[in-house]
Amino acid sequence: MSHDSETAIHPTRLFLWVWTWLLALTGIEVFLGYKQLELKLMLTILMMLSVIKAGLIMSYFMHLKFEKARVVFTLIPALVVVICLFSAFFPDSLRALHLGWGR
Amino acid sequence: MSDIEADVSQLAASEWGGGVLPYAGSKKFGMWLFIVSDAITFSVLLVGYAYVRVASQNWPQPFEFFPSIVTATVMTLCLLSSSLTMVMAVNASRRGNRARTVRWLLATIAGGLAFLVLHGNEWNKLIHEGMTLFSNPWGAPLFGATFFALTGMHMFHVFTGVGYLGVVAFATGRGKFNAEDVEVSGLYWHFVDLVWMFIFPLVYILSIHRG
Repeated sequence: MSHDSETAIHPTRLFLWVWTWLLALTGIEVFLGYKQLELKLMLTILMMLSVIKAGLIMSYFMHLKFEKARVVFTLIPALVVVICLFSAFFPDSLRALHLGWGR
Repeated sequence: MSDIEADVSQLAASEWGGGVLPYAGSKKFGMWLFIVSDAITFSVLLVGYAYVRVASQNWPQPFEFFPSIVTATVMTLCLLSSSLTMVMAVNASRRGNRARTVRWLLATIAGGLAFLVLHGNEWNKLIHEGMTLFSNPWGAPLFGATFFALTGMHMFHVFTGVGYLGVVAFATGRGKFNAEDVEVSGLYWHFVDLVWMFIFPLVYILSIHRG
């Protein structure tokens, strides 16, 4: 969190490393798909991997890691709360399943 | 002087007191606010997809590992690599090297265009197989609506991003844009990449054909 974070130039090697990690995690996702894991287990693992990938992209490519902490606290918690609130819809979709709407 | 008068005179001396543009140096934060709102838009589409999929009994899983998933993996590679070239463009612009900035931006645009061509091809194939918004040969009719809405919205963002980066490359080449402008366009591009990191597993990998 240095003061002149806006003009800092980060080494190419750091970004190549992050890029390699993103490719590797994508490779794992594709491999899981190839293996045809059970659907709910696969969904759980895929979401975890995707959140890690999103974190890598935001921290390094969008360089949130190098911004002032207050920028991160202004932007991210509100977004996470809003996305979590969407889970309120899922009991209703299960109800729709039992009513047989989706046939 | 009362406290209120002191506050007023202090405000007048600040950049919000009038007379100057108060947004100087806030471009990046403006783009971040847009990204947060856009992230909620995509979340809504993904939640809508999940809602319909949970509520349906015979959700189609039509994607063969080859060619569909392999193609989608190559598309992911295109986007991830274009993010890397975008980072290089931002670095070059911070060093003040305009020619290199433009070259890296053009490489980023190429990655975006490759994504668009591959994805357009994929859409074309699915439409020829008889998939429409509200019907398909495999199962639950809303599959098409969720697929086309999600990937279409994302494709629209890639398309817009290619145009945006084209403008930035052009203006940077002529010396009209500075490093902050390149960086802000980079934030948008990485966000488009980030959204694909959710669409690819949720829409493609979770719909692999099981034989």
